[in-house]
Amino acid sequence: MTLALFLQHIANALSLGSLYALIAIGYTMVYGILRLINFAHGDVFMLGAYIAFYGTALLHLPWWASLVLAILCTSLFGIGLEKIAYRPLRDSPKISIMISAIGASYLIENLAVLLFGGRPKGVEVPDILGKVISFGSVSIVTVSLVIPVFTFALLAILLWIVNRTKTGMAMRAVSTDVEAARLMAIDVNGIVSITFGIGSLLAAFGGILWSFKYPQLNPLMGVLPGLKCFIAAVIGGIGSISGAVLGGFLLGLIEIMTVALLPTLSGYRDAFAFVLLIVVLIVKPTGLLGKRQAEKV
Amino acid sequence: MKMTKNYTFSLIAIAVFAVFLVVANTFFDAFTLRVINLCAIYIILALSLNLLNGFTGLFSLGHSGFMAVGAYVCALLTMSPELKEMNFFLVPIIPALKNLTLPFIPALIFGGLAAAFVGFLIGAPVLRLKDDYLAIATLGFSEIIRVLITNAQTITNGAQGLKGLPRYASTYVVWITAALVTLFMALLMRSSYGRAMKAVRDDELAAETMGVNVFRVKVTSFTVSSFIAGVGGALLGHMITTIDPKMFTFLLTFNILLIVVLGGTGSISGSVIAAIVVTILMEALRFLDEPMNLLLFKTQGLPGLRMVVFSAMLMLVVIFRQSGLMGNKEFSWGMLKNAGAVFSHLGKNKGSPGGGRRGSRGGRDA
Repeated sequence: MTLALFLQHIANALSLGSLYALIAIGYTMVYGILRLINFAHGDVFMLGAYIAFYGTALLHLPWWASLVLAILCTSLFGIGLEKIAYRPLRDSPKISIMISAIGASYLIENLAVLLFGGRPKGVEVPDILGKVISFGSVSIVTVSLVIPVFTFALLAILLWIVNRTKTGMAMRAVSTDVEAARLMAIDVNGIVSITFGIGSLLAAFGGILWSFKYPQLNPLMGVLPGLKCFIAAVIGGIGSISGAVLGGFLLGLIEIMTVALLPTLSGYRDAFAFVLLIVVLIVKPTGLLGKRQAEKV
Repeated sequence: MKMTKNYTFSLIAIAVFAVFLVVANTFFDAFTLRVINLCAIYIILALSLNLLNGFTGLFSLGHSGFMAVGAYVCALLTMSPELKEMNFFLVPIIPALKNLTLPFIPALIFGGLAAAFVGFLIGAPVLRLKDDYLAIATLGFSEIIRVLITNAQTITNGAQGLKGLPRYASTYVVWITAALVTLFMALLMRSSYGRAMKAVRDDELAAETMGVNVFRVKVTSFTVSSFIAGVGGALLGHMITTIDPKMFTFLLTFNILLIVVLGGTGSISGSVIAAIVVTILMEALRFLDEPMNLLLFKTQGLPGLRMVVFSAMLMLVVIFRQSGLMGNKEFSWGMLKNAGAVFSHLGKNKGSPGGGRRGSRGGRDA
């Protein structure tokens, strides 16, 4: 493999990994606070991409405006989803909440089939993001460059919110101990809503950038990325934001590189993530950056 | 006195149902018969998932993987060499499998055994995990199985699937299997094994201190459930007569989960009733996907509306009535007699989970 080809693959892995990271953050934040796998997160991702698409196609908004619109709508949707599907079950057995999450995921997917149609839709990539730039023999579409930049910027903002602001402190408190946090007069429901809002916002962002990178939409586009990003969050250590980003990049890198180095395995590409998940769960269930939690009896 | 009366009722019910099946098999058209048989297959599948979810408290989402293993193994054993040659036109099948043909029943059992073996192999590492991690790991394994099947072209014919399987899964075969599985589950749950499973479900730590080998109980339950799922998958394959990897996605597991939740996790009769109701509804509600004439306005065809209804149903049940149709109770004739009283009784008894374990005598269990 020539150096140029190798760099090309690295560039691809970096942009795919960034997208995974964006979505994985949503999983990890929700899990950190509610101990719940938000199965519908991948569908929120899909929804973000669709709203942006309709913003440009139907409302004739410029792409950045429809991006903002989509992010806001998706964020509200995420908050509403938590209120309807998860809040009534917060004190129920874990399995019930998970079934509700799976149900919500299927409901959103099927509603999307109903409303948006099952046929894939082509996305018009904005000119700025669709340009091909060449560095020597490595050529990259601008959107692939933009994605990592956005990811790191958003990560920095998020870490600032979580570690430096009062809301962030409340988030960390709720994730450590819900009851104690409530006793300290923290509005647990409010914090949960904010968490869902932020998670959905990032998912929408990821979805829109995804639709610029792979310009096709379909109602089930969120399923596989959703599962993979959850796996990324587990690999990095669920509950840890930097861990989710690390896991996302790792997963992107492994996927692209294995296919690049061993093309015969490309048929198995979608299985890598799951194999990785099972290895991590068995060898180090807390993930790379996760903290061990004592089980309360 | 009352016991014998209930037994008489049950025997009559079973006899009536058997007569119904004979009549259906002779007079009903192919489509109706297929729906009736699908009910039996979903009963088998729902019971196997309920064994894990409802009785052992293991939340597994990997059922479609075990069904795929059962279906493929059974299909490869029943197909004649000529049929195999016809199917494998892109890449020839490996020689070892080419001339191997077994009658249906042994092939069905081998399918189940293969699924059980895979379940055992997967279960040993995965069952150390709990709750949501277990769910996602089993889901992962079923995806891995599917990807392997898609890629193992010389054994499974890859994405083309296997077509033209002999239609061995007749009405009698599927319903007798369903009855056997139901009977097995009922007996299992009364045995010490079944009680150990319930103990693990209710409190793992307490079960362990009482001397239950928790890990072994879990692996046993997982293996048995995989066996039943494999048999169900094999029957499904030999009813539809075509299998391909796309059939065994998570959607299939979702349908079974829907049945288990609606029927009540931890109720055998609940699963049986819900399997029948859901399967019939899935077919009956097909009109939702087609163009409708609602007097005032006409709708275009709305493909997808049917599945919207089902996913909404699942969510509503989970949010408003978590115990499903039967909770963890079983059907009994007394229940029918004073259905009204039972409902108020259910409401009162909600807080005491131990209160509803009696009364599985008679009824539709057998």
